[in-house]
Amino acid sequence: MLPPRLAQTLTAWLDERINLEEIREFVRHKVVPVHHHTVWYYFGGMTLFLFAIQVCTGILLLLYYRPSAEEAYESVQFIVTKVQFGWLIRSIHSWSANLMIATLMIHLFSVYFTRAYRKPRELTWVTGMLLFGIALFFGFSGYLLPWNTLAYFATKVGTDVAGQLPIVGHELTRILRGGEDVTGATLSRFYGIHVAILPLLMTGILGLHLFLVQKQGMSAPMELEQSGRPSRTMPFFPNFLLRDLVGWLTALAVLAGLAAYFPWELGTKADPFAPAPAGIRPEWYFMFMFQTLKYLPAKIGPIDGELIGVMGFNLGGLFLLLVPFLDGRTARGQRSPLFSWIGVGIVTYIVVLSVLGYVAPGGK
Amino acid sequence: MDTPANSRRGFVNLLLGSGFGALMVSVLYPVVRYIIPPESGEPSTANVTLPWKPSEIRVNTGRIFKFGTQPGILVKTPAGELRAFSAVCTHLNCTVQYREEKQDIWCACHNGIYDLNGKNVSGPPPRPLEPYRASVKGDQIVVSKGA
Repeated sequence: MLPPRLAQTLTAWLDERINLEEIREFVRHKVVPVHHHTVWYYFGGMTLFLFAIQVCTGILLLLYYRPSAEEAYESVQFIVTKVQFGWLIRSIHSWSANLMIATLMIHLFSVYFTRAYRKPRELTWVTGMLLFGIALFFGFSGYLLPWNTLAYFATKVGTDVAGQLPIVGHELTRILRGGEDVTGATLSRFYGIHVAILPLLMTGILGLHLFLVQKQGMSAPMELEQSGRPSRTMPFFPNFLLRDLVGWLTALAVLAGLAAYFPWELGTKADPFAPAPAGIRPEWYFMFMFQTLKYLPAKIGPIDGELIGVMGFNLGGLFLLLVPFLDGRTARGQRSPLFSWIGVGIVTYIVVLSVLGYVAPGGK
Repeated sequence: MDTPANSRRGFVNLLLGSGFGALMVSVLYPVVRYIIPPESGEPSTANVTLPWKPSEIRVNTGRIFKFGTQPGILVKTPAGELRAFSAVCTHLNCTVQYREEKQDIWCACHNGIYDLNGKNVSGPPPRPLEPYRASVKGDQIVVSKGA
């Protein structure tokens, strides 16, 4: 810490130039509603914390990683075997990515079920859904970078799924792959997407998301708002922030435990001329889609089964993106059980299909 | 109100606006074209000679070989006949393999199954595997397009 005299001088210097009083005033008045759903507020902050860890560990990995089909696998192998604490940095990056998607999903569905997307927070929801999409794309592009067998085939399947879209599909697959097949060109592309394009998009949209949250404050449950009773609140600083820190420390403890005791595996190097091995699977958060594609028959009527599946997922995503504008009853301040049931349906579908992906017999 | 001054301002705005629009197009067009990868210059492969002798291949086995940039699969059926197909699953692009115990061609990604004629018999694949012609020329196995 700075000595008090110096801190005072420094604050006064800044105050004269940028008027810190406005910020102080904002912090003094910022409050967080207290009710029996307050606990869900912490998951957004945890997601943000895990994202910060991703940025830091990602930058560290950049120092040794080499993005080419000939060297990618070897460079990750070098990181985890030769570089001091390389195994830890890489393991934290992989585990934190997965925890981040998990807390992000909890955050997303808690906002959904508490209807916090209703007016005036529609844009906060839309930016949040965009961030979710970016996070999934982060996961998909990062998965390929070690250039191992599992990731190679997952990327083949994933980019081919994009090719199922009518009209633009084939060209989209070529753009994603940097050619007709998954090759070193795909690796270069995914690398650029993972370390430049997505971080740029994420920073911009995340900034907007956080700005909206600050501007509008936390949403309280509808019943509480309509009851007319003065709702209980707690000051953001320091009460809520300190609680937030407990959430961050919990996330850090879980992360450290997982990374140290279950180091992320590297697997075998990708070989484009080897058959896809048994037990091939994507990351857990794509598992429900993967499992759905297994169950769909080759043809449903005249249409390819996989096209139906892909369109279904797109429509599901579009529904979630636009839900503040579709849920008219909530917008009018009425109860809307239909959207609760749709939410329950979506969560159940994701959970059941994901579990099936891990326990259902695979074939061989 | 459509005063001369207003319409003059409108005209200048239109000019500036379309100039800016044209600038954006001239910047974005090369970027979009740049992102789309060029067509591969490699000629499409018509036939390959495999690196194995016919006598090396055991009955009821399958091997993956390089057919240009794509994987192919060579199968020696239980009856001793050599057959070749593209090894690219018609469902979502994974590479298939031969299962000796079930005597079929199997894709591990989504559990798609083909018979020994390359026909899709179970699971999600919508089409048969592309067949190739496998022929024995002296001590060599030559695989060519079209069966």
